[in-house]
Amino acid sequence: MQFMLLFSRQGKLRLQKWYVPLCDKEKKKITRELVQTVLARKPKMCSFLEWRDLKIVYKRYASLYFCCAIEDQDNELITLEIIHRYVELLDKYFGSVCELDIIFNFEKAYFILDEFLLGGEAQETSKKNVLKAIEQADLLIDTATTQSTLTVASEPDSNTLATIQNTVSTA
Amino acid sequence: MPAPIRLRELIRTIRTARTQAEEREMIQKECAAIRSSFREEDNTYRCRNVAKLLYMHMLGYPAHFGQLECLKLIASQKFTDKRIGYLGAMLLLDERQDVHLLMTNCIKNDLNHSTQYVQGLSLCTLGCMGSSEMCRDLAGEVEKLLKTSNSYLRKKAALCAVHVIRKVPELMEMFLPATKNLLSEKNHGVLHTSVVLLTEMCERSPDMLSHFRKLVPQLVRILKNLIMSGYSPEHDVSGISDPFLQVRILRLLRILGKGDDDSSEAMNDILAQVATNTETSKNVGNAILYETVLTIMDIKSESGLRVLAINILGRFLLNNDKNIRYVALTSLLKTVQTDHNAVQRHRSTIVDCLKDLDVSIKRRAMELSFALVNGNNIRGMMKELLYFLDSCDPDFKADCASGIFLAAEKYAPSKRWHIDTVMRVLTTAGSYVRDDSVPNLIQLITNSVEMHAYTVQRLYKALLDDISQQPLVQVASWCIGEYGDLLVSGQCEEEEPIQVSEDEVLDVLEGLLVSNLSTPVTRAYSLTAIMKLSTRFSSVNRIKKVVSIYGSSIDVELQQRAVEYNALFKKYDHMRPALLERMPIMEKTATNGPTDIAQTNGETDSTILDTKHLPSITHPASQANDLLDLLGGNDVVPVIQTTVPTKPASAGGELLDLLGDLSLTGGPTPTPAPSVPMSQPPFLLDGLSSQPIFNDIAAGIPPMTAYNKNGLKIEFTFERSNPSPNIAVITIHATNSTEADMTEFVFQAAVPKTFQLQLLSPSSNVVPALNQGSVTQVIRVLNPQKQQLRMRIKLTYTHKGSPVQDLAEVNNFPPQSWQ
Repeated sequence: MQFMLLFSRQGKLRLQKWYVPLCDKEKKKITRELVQTVLARKPKMCSFLEWRDLKIVYKRYASLYFCCAIEDQDNELITLEIIHRYVELLDKYFGSVCELDIIFNFEKAYFILDEFLLGGEAQETSKKNVLKAIEQADLLIDTATTQSTLTVASEPDSNTLATIQNTVSTA
Repeated sequence: MPAPIRLRELIRTIRTARTQAEEREMIQKECAAIRSSFREEDNTYRCRNVAKLLYMHMLGYPAHFGQLECLKLIASQKFTDKRIGYLGAMLLLDERQDVHLLMTNCIKNDLNHSTQYVQGLSLCTLGCMGSSEMCRDLAGEVEKLLKTSNSYLRKKAALCAVHVIRKVPELMEMFLPATKNLLSEKNHGVLHTSVVLLTEMCERSPDMLSHFRKLVPQLVRILKNLIMSGYSPEHDVSGISDPFLQVRILRLLRILGKGDDDSSEAMNDILAQVATNTETSKNVGNAILYETVLTIMDIKSESGLRVLAINILGRFLLNNDKNIRYVALTSLLKTVQTDHNAVQRHRSTIVDCLKDLDVSIKRRAMELSFALVNGNNIRGMMKELLYFLDSCDPDFKADCASGIFLAAEKYAPSKRWHIDTVMRVLTTAGSYVRDDSVPNLIQLITNSVEMHAYTVQRLYKALLDDISQQPLVQVASWCIGEYGDLLVSGQCEEEEPIQVSEDEVLDVLEGLLVSNLSTPVTRAYSLTAIMKLSTRFSSVNRIKKVVSIYGSSIDVELQQRAVEYNALFKKYDHMRPALLERMPIMEKTATNGPTDIAQTNGETDSTILDTKHLPSITHPASQANDLLDLLGGNDVVPVIQTTVPTKPASAGGELLDLLGDLSLTGGPTPTPAPSVPMSQPPFLLDGLSSQPIFNDIAAGIPPMTAYNKNGLKIEFTFERSNPSPNIAVITIHATNSTEADMTEFVFQAAVPKTFQLQLLSPSSNVVPALNQGSVTQVIRVLNPQKQQLRMRIKLTYTHKGSPVQDLAEVNNFPPQSWQ
């Protein structure tokens, strides 16, 4: 995988993980273009598209688009499974995750991603093991200067509260 | 200074901003606070501040001033600090920044940290964004960790090693020993990452590839266990055990089995097993099947297995899930060359996919359909493809049209079908066809002699319907110009002939001239067509009138043509029939290749030019080709390009003009030479070669002896080149009065700077003894300034076994040859 982007339906970036070295300007350009392209897709279209010389695999969960760029020899269908696994991990960790959780705890989302993927490849195929590692690492946190791990979002925004869990179980 | 606000606070605050400007203001305020906090070297809140900075960075605001702070965090002893520090490093730092190298030491220390989670952080960072320098420095540590028994670290080290290898391929060797027992691990994480590492190594190095081939049995065993083993909750995904690992193993097997019989055989069984036993109701199963199919197609599998694979793809095509269909079409496209027949079986499903709503699927289906067209299914396929062309998006039309043309050309069952098909494309997608389709179609029509009447009739009817599609209009007007007589005489065999009068035809053509829809190119076509009809129709006066009107057209191209055609009517009426004769059959040449003609420009070293002979007979196409080459093909300034045609020149001026037009170099000239398609060698000359271009009008110039020494006599005879009075054509006759042949005879000539010289091939390079024959060679000399012709010649030959060389000056040219 070359990079993974998470963005909302309005095109706001929620997470960006780059596995290839690019300058900031280039990253911004790619993000902008790709977000535009994916958002323009109709709901019935397939999850793959060709963009530049990469294959883009994307899937929408509630209000968030999960978008990965893979290389020619990578398997698109298993990438869909990788995306799904990541969503499941987030879901388990946050408990019925929704977009707000990812907004307010973006650094946690990164930590989870970094326990699941490394250098663009999956490092752990067992859901249990990834979550265990995160849990253990969380215990090392010195709670004196940082927030406690789970903060409840206090905005009564019904749209964003639509849980990703529902999408997870029907996917 | 009050404690900096918490991260969540900041996020909440920023989200309340209602406008971009408001948000920017908040961010700027916070950035200022963070900056001053950094300046104070505050350790307690650094972590919080950097976290906030990272959030703002994600929103798109600059955060470079936090880079050094990330480094400080990484160096801290607190785990929280390190975590955020490494995250910041991965987000803000990349290998372009000089600062990033400062990380190296910290990472090195952390790689050996007592807490595995810290080690994990450093491995992760190195594996995601380590630069080549960092990788070089730290490869040793990674290698050490690759051998540890701690599976948590081992799996990370493996992927880190992959990154190191990608950045610094030379270090690959270093990791070889550590790979020894990677596959005997029980831990799936380690197994998965090890397979990735092995894959990377095999892809990069053929030596590694052969080395790791011995792992095939082990891999097969692991895969088998995964399939056969019962339910394992830890790795289960929808009833399949660790699909990620299965897919990776299949991919590695593909690489190992490619091109190797033994390995391929060893994996045959397991592939068959996976292919038949995998559950296909969910995406996971299909992902594994997909990878299996790719592997089967790539290795040396037995044919039964290959058929199985293609059938799986066929089933995919019928799947409701779009993604699966897309993947199937992509894979079929890859295999259609090698397993053509097997894919043919699924042709109807593929053709159905043309009607899919998804753009990507349609495109794939179109490409695949073109690949599947053959002589047997051409009629049916073409029907579908034409229907597709009608209804598809504009982006597809150009490609589809080109594809249809290609397929029609290769497999057309009959000429009439071919012409019908091309016409159908022109009428439905006329504005999207590529530029070269017009000349191609013209050539096709010209060559289908028996179809001329039918074609021109159909084209005429199409013109009556619609004159907006330029390629169609251009072809139609060209045809009417050529075959108008057939149209009017109602000779069509294939179809019911229509009754058309000359005036009606001329009406249509004139209509094109005045219509706003016609491009300048189209207008040029129609004017020329009208002109051609002057030799085919009887209403010459009307044509004359039209032509003279356009003599004052604003469009320079039209004006030029009209004026020249006018001249044809007035001064050169005797040439008109010949000039406007029917086109002969054209042979398709790929391109007009660059000619071999070099030119000497008065330098003493001259080169013999190995070009083709001047044609004395016209018909073989290649000779006419040569004629073009002689008269200046592409990259060479033609010898005969004298006057820039702005008005009708003197005798044969039009001819020159036509030839001038034909010397195409580089970009396309706006209009093709009158009635001649650009990519074809202009066979206009062919039609004319019944009158030799180089007339013997140069009668009256006496021949002269240029050289006479040692038994070798060279005589020059002269001709005037008809197209241009500035060119003298000299034929040398070399004779040998000695008793021995002169072999390897080479004649070279050089002229002063103001002249240009062209040497054609000699008739032979042996001058037979005792005047039994002669070697002739043609020289063309361009003498624009009409200066006295002088020449220096060099002769080399072998006589009686020894080489002879001689130089001579030729100054005794008769005045008529250069005046």
